[in-house]
Amino acid sequence: MTAPTSVRPTTYREAIREAMREAMRRDDRVFLMGEDVGRYGGGFGVSLGLLEEFGEDRVRDTPLSESGFVGAGIGAALGGMRPIVEIMTVNFSLLALDQILNTAATLLHMSGGQFNVPLVIRMTTGGGRQLAAQHSHSLEGYYAHIPGLRVLAPATIEDAYGMLEPALADPDPVVIFEHGSLYNEKGTLPDPPTAVPLEGAAVRRAGTDVTLVTSGGCLGRCLDAADDLAGSGISAEVIDLRSLRPIDDDTVGASVSRTHRAIVVDEGWRSVGMSAEVAARIAERCFYDLDAPVGRVAAVEVPIPYPRHLEAAALPSAERIAAAARKAVLGDG
Amino acid sequence: MNAQDSHDLVLRVIAQIAPDVDVGSLDEDRDMRRELDLDSLDFQTLVERIAEETGVQIPETDYPQVRSLRGMAEYVAAAGTPSA
Amino acid sequence: MGEFRMPSLGADMTEGTLLEWLVRPGDVVHRGDVVAVVDTSKSAIDVEVFQDGRVERLLVEPGTTVPVGQPLALLSDEGAAGSTAPPAPVPVAASAPVPEPHEAHIAASPFARRRAVELGVDLSSVSGHGGVISVADVERAAAGREESATVAPVSSPAPVSSPAPEASSHARAMREAIAALMARSKKEIPHYYLTLDIDLHTSLGWLTSRNAGLPVDARVVPAALLLKAVAVAAAEFPEMNGHVVDGAYRPADRVNLGVAVALRGGGLMAPALVDADRLDLDALMTAMKDLVARARGGRLRSSEMSDGTLTVTNLGEQGAQSVHGVIYPPQVALVGFGRIAERPVALEGLLGVHPVTTATLAADHRVSDGHRGGLFLARIAELLDEPENLVGGRP
Repeated sequence: MTAPTSVRPTTYREAIREAMREAMRRDDRVFLMGEDVGRYGGGFGVSLGLLEEFGEDRVRDTPLSESGFVGAGIGAALGGMRPIVEIMTVNFSLLALDQILNTAATLLHMSGGQFNVPLVIRMTTGGGRQLAAQHSHSLEGYYAHIPGLRVLAPATIEDAYGMLEPALADPDPVVIFEHGSLYNEKGTLPDPPTAVPLEGAAVRRAGTDVTLVTSGGCLGRCLDAADDLAGSGISAEVIDLRSLRPIDDDTVGASVSRTHRAIVVDEGWRSVGMSAEVAARIAERCFYDLDAPVGRVAAVEVPIPYPRHLEAAALPSAERIAAAARKAVLGDG
Repeated sequence: MNAQDSHDLVLRVIAQIAPDVDVGSLDEDRDMRRELDLDSLDFQTLVERIAEETGVQIPETDYPQVRSLRGMAEYVAAAGTPSA
Repeated sequence: MGEFRMPSLGADMTEGTLLEWLVRPGDVVHRGDVVAVVDTSKSAIDVEVFQDGRVERLLVEPGTTVPVGQPLALLSDEGAAGSTAPPAPVPVAASAPVPEPHEAHIAASPFARRRAVELGVDLSSVSGHGGVISVADVERAAAGREESATVAPVSSPAPVSSPAPEASSHARAMREAIAALMARSKKEIPHYYLTLDIDLHTSLGWLTSRNAGLPVDARVVPAALLLKAVAVAAAEFPEMNGHVVDGAYRPADRVNLGVAVALRGGGLMAPALVDADRLDLDALMTAMKDLVARARGGRLRSSEMSDGTLTVTNLGEQGAQSVHGVIYPPQVALVGFGRIAERPVALEGLLGVHPVTTATLAADHRVSDGHRGGLFLARIAELLDEPENLVGGRP
């Protein structure tokens, strides 16, 4: 039917840039705005070169006012455009939380279904790069809490590329979290690219003894932990949630019902966050299949520290993940 | 006490000390410490019980004579017979 | 209000089964009273209470297996003075019925509970690892049941009666407990080993002449003399007598000498002779006889199971020449004696034949060094050379 696809080398950063470039070429309504996305090429260099190709009308530098430019994005979406708004980090997005929660996520409901908000917001999340406590947090759970939003966490180059187009096609607001440590990830994309779904978790590694449920920047650490566990005879299944709202309970539940043990891995803080939500869902759905308490590996509950060794100690590591999995499989003995 | 009585007595005491042993299948000439897996404390207990039951106080110097079931039974029978 | 909890009767114990209550609500108890009988994977133990008080409520029914540390009974502080008033009735709100205690007190994973129903396994008969029953424990219990049901004893020529199913699962549980503890010891403790041949000519000659004048039941076996020598030496070597707790060594202020007791039919226990260095020789002999008899058949007290500070293993007359033992955590040393055998020894330029035992020391290199270990063994040999000094007790 189709010719065998070839692959082309790329990075996570380039994959997002390429997806935005293609979206803007395809659809005149699509434009990008945010702090330094134009002349500077984006705080993390994602939009480098787009200003030159598409001009100032479609690649717009904004003032340092998250509330203002996200609100402008909502207005543009209501007016028939398909804006992509980039927020430099999730920490700063809190300035726009009022716009996102009280306007973007709510308007469809409050207008009795008359006004939908087809807005895509991209933002960087996560630590590990010594950017200290105001640039390193993982607040995905704040957004995944909100009905009316779709929340995505692409962990692979294929998802980083492939999720943008269906996100733009979604009639309602979509928030995409890009983990800062992934931008330099090297890999390949199929050529021509294959479409990816917006919903549904992915089994990134099959296993039989314990399920590691994770997303975004923690996927690599979970895969490393699974390698380590395999060396000691423990077969770990790794699930990438991909979408944090809605959560694919079916894939997670089917896996845990087979392995009977689950570890939830999240770079957010442990209390009242993503890991708590996922663990609760597993307990609700799989209680009678569990052979060990659901384990969690999350960030230590401190502002993410600046010094390298303290930051590393605060974030989930492959070692901590493997240790939690061993505890679940082998007991406390 | 005749030889049969003392033999039965010794078997009975052994059954208390080593309840897992089938006394019917014992090699009566073998050292009981090996045959029954008795340690020095078990053997001491055996000698004590014999003393309780028969009044026969076996001196330590005679222990070599009573290491086997047959030896023990014969020793007790002889010592328990006033004319022996 | 205090809680009486399932005690840890040795580092290898994770759970115990309450066999029997020896007290009832309203009874006044004092520290050291035996209040319950608990079955560990090794044997039935008389468990002592650690505080004075009055029994308010029994929380666990006999036959229930609970993890170490779980409350078994509630004790009130008052009543220790001798009050015999019955306990005040516990007010129970109509909307909150008190749940059946034994239902809640078996810790098992939900999946294990489901499998237990499917396989018809009674969870109260299953022992879990880490104090919690997982599905692997249930499936092992089910497999063990089938095994004991299908294996006929006809092929066994050994003079051993076929064990009851509980006995075989008991033996299996003990084997698992020993395996876990010994593996932990070898993993955590950097053992070093020293050996010294000890000429027992003087001490055994002394013992023989002492026993010669005594009735059978007053005689002392050589093992008692060896234990006494180790106990006295241990009191002088604090780095051999104590425990490692949370990574730090705590020397003990008394010598509770663990005695490795091989059980007939397999397995091993190491109950302790409390204050062994202070007992006179006759008292130590009596205590040892009592301890071994109760370890094999009867009951041990909880303090004997948990309080050992140093262990001795004695291979006796039939065993091997020497033993390089595995330390019993959290202790830090183990003294072994090989069989006592007639061996040629050099005596002032001539060759003689004397009874000799090979003494070994396995010690924790985190706590002591070989030099001190060597002095410890030498001190034991020195004490055995003057056996009359080992007769008396100490205050």
